[in-house]
Amino acid sequence: MTLAEQVQYQSATGALSSVWLLIAIPLASAAVLLLLGRKADRWGHILGCASIGASFVLGLWYFFTLRGLGHKAVSLDLFNFIQVGRFKVDWGILYDPLSATFVLLITGVGFLIHVYAVGYMKEDPGRRRFFGYFNLFASAMLLLVLGNSFLMTFIGWEGVGLASYLLISWYQDRPAAATAGKKAFLMNRVGDAAFLVAMFLMFANLGSTDFATVFNGVGALPHGVTLAMALLLLAGACGKSGQFPLQAWLPDAMEGPTPVSALIHAATMVTAGVYLIARSNPIFDATSLGQTIVVAVGAFTLLLGCVIGCAKDDIKRVLAYSTVSQIGYMFLAVGLGGGAYALGILHLLAHGFFKAGLFLGAGSVMHGMKDQTDLRRFGGLWRYMPVTWATVGLGYLAIIGIPPLSGFFSKDPIIDAAFARGGWQGWVFGLAALLGAGLTAFYMTRLFVLTFHGKKRWTDDIEHPHESPGVMKLPMILLAVGSVAAGGLLVYGGFTTWLEPVFGTTEVPGHEPNRAMMIGISLAVVLVGVAIAWLLFRRGTALVEQPARSPIVRAARENLYGDVFNETVFELPGKLLTRAAVFFDGKGIDGIVTGLAAIVGGSSSRLRRLQTGFVRSYALTILGGALVVVAALMAVKLG
Amino acid sequence: MTPTYYLVLSAALFCVGAVGVLIRRNAIVVFMSVELMLNAGNLALVTFARINGSLDGQIMAFFVMVVAAAEVVVGLAIIMSIFRTRRSASVDDSNLLKY
Repeated sequence: MTLAEQVQYQSATGALSSVWLLIAIPLASAAVLLLLGRKADRWGHILGCASIGASFVLGLWYFFTLRGLGHKAVSLDLFNFIQVGRFKVDWGILYDPLSATFVLLITGVGFLIHVYAVGYMKEDPGRRRFFGYFNLFASAMLLLVLGNSFLMTFIGWEGVGLASYLLISWYQDRPAAATAGKKAFLMNRVGDAAFLVAMFLMFANLGSTDFATVFNGVGALPHGVTLAMALLLLAGACGKSGQFPLQAWLPDAMEGPTPVSALIHAATMVTAGVYLIARSNPIFDATSLGQTIVVAVGAFTLLLGCVIGCAKDDIKRVLAYSTVSQIGYMFLAVGLGGGAYALGILHLLAHGFFKAGLFLGAGSVMHGMKDQTDLRRFGGLWRYMPVTWATVGLGYLAIIGIPPLSGFFSKDPIIDAAFARGGWQGWVFGLAALLGAGLTAFYMTRLFVLTFHGKKRWTDDIEHPHESPGVMKLPMILLAVGSVAAGGLLVYGGFTTWLEPVFGTTEVPGHEPNRAMMIGISLAVVLVGVAIAWLLFRRGTALVEQPARSPIVRAARENLYGDVFNETVFELPGKLLTRAAVFFDGKGIDGIVTGLAAIVGGSSSRLRRLQTGFVRSYALTILGGALVVVAALMAVKLG
Repeated sequence: MTPTYYLVLSAALFCVGAVGVLIRRNAIVVFMSVELMLNAGNLALVTFARINGSLDGQIMAFFVMVVAAAEVVVGLAIIMSIFRTRRSASVDDSNLLKY
């Protein structure tokens, strides 16, 4: 157990004391691009790429500096943020192997996608603003992974949420895109609220949200509090990472431009949840029930993503559900604890490469096919887009885990680790992960075959699809190289050892499985998936949606009723409450006011009938009054 | 001769006047009935002055006469102008001021 050791961070010196530049450079660039307005239109995209490129170079430099240090974690207090009584928060940065890894992923993959976007967004009049948002996103994401307290992470967390919202709704004149942006924002708020409550718990019980204070103090807390913290952090992570039950926003986020899907909704932002759980590993290590729940969420989500992915016909939505499912694998891994944390991060890196590559490939296909996204309307494209075909092909082989591509090195160990958990849990989670691998192979083969092979099923307006320009091809090629090589390099380059200072161990808990047999089984499952999809789809598919023959297909097309669930459980009570409030306001509050007015009005309209206009009746009234007065006087006098 | 008879006469005259005001339609007759009631009041005032042996009641009676004279002037003028416009002196015809 690592908890007995004190978590300590040395303060940063030398080169690492300027680590804040990583965040500041893209932020400054975003400010310039967004504030200068049209004046920056001509060179805005160049500045956008240059700033993230500079961050990448700096990131590499810091990375090698950190490797040379004896202690593997440095912290840097920048300045005081909030100080009220005993409540004190600093702007601070923590640079350790985990942060360094994420910095390289964000800036490296981010830079490639920035370059790609120069070509992809060429025709868009708002390209400068787009790069401003992209840089804003990058700086927020870097703050998220570099903060040295949960509050710092949370600020970055909200920043990426904002950037994600702005970019999903990029085509704001399309109602679907505007709604998707709102949906993403709202569903993220649900997770953010849980994250906030988790921080309140930390403040209440430990007096701080600094990583060091929290991780050192968490062992002494009662189990209930630790469990609550872990589950609330998990809920926050689920919101950001599109995990069950908050997964419904991620596929809709594909309404944004494809580079956005690649960078934010596949490679980096959605992995923030995995980062949060990995970073909070002392909290999760202290509650095995919490870990089991993380594993269960991951296993369930990975199956859910696979099943829906098989039923979708929109190329980007298939990839989106694939992302949901792959992040499920990462959650599964970080939930297992111990050395499996590193496996989750390893899969995250590998996934960052191949999923970004797949999305860029999808974008390239759309670019050449007049923004067509329907798989049924592709086919036979390999001859027209050889580079896209090759890069997507490599990404596809990587994601389904064919050796020696990176998915094989990152996903198979997770399946092994799930089986190694032992007991019924080992069987359930292991089989789920294995089944997920087969389904992934099925739907990815379907996507690949329908897009690039078989007969042409294009719409009539497309005569000659074209390959994308060089500025888009180059990032795709580099990412394809990454998808091929990253896994093996990371595994044999000692990635798990590199992360050991963060997670404390490289040992995966549980018994050691029979490695050769496991590889054989999972490869067999993958090949079965590939074979079925190949047999079914090598001749193409129908041009319109066929009626669903089984309940599972119907359910999968309905996103396994995720939207229906949200509408009934969250939206409907809200609507009913509004309706009740309107009813109460209209009939209750307004009823009192209008009722009083009606009573006064009605009774006075009856009362005025006394004014007949006949002098005689007035005279009679006066006489009657006089008689009453006289009678009263006499009653007083005589009685 | 006891003053009580004068009071009874006064009350009787007042009642005749009041009934006249209530049941007659002609404005002139109603006016005369009002005069009758005023004078019944005067008779009562004078009688009480006699009973009490002071002049206060008699002075009050003079005041009533002055007021009644002024009222007759104004009232007859109103009745005249109403008759000129509506060709009628019935009080029930001038019933415009109502709900």
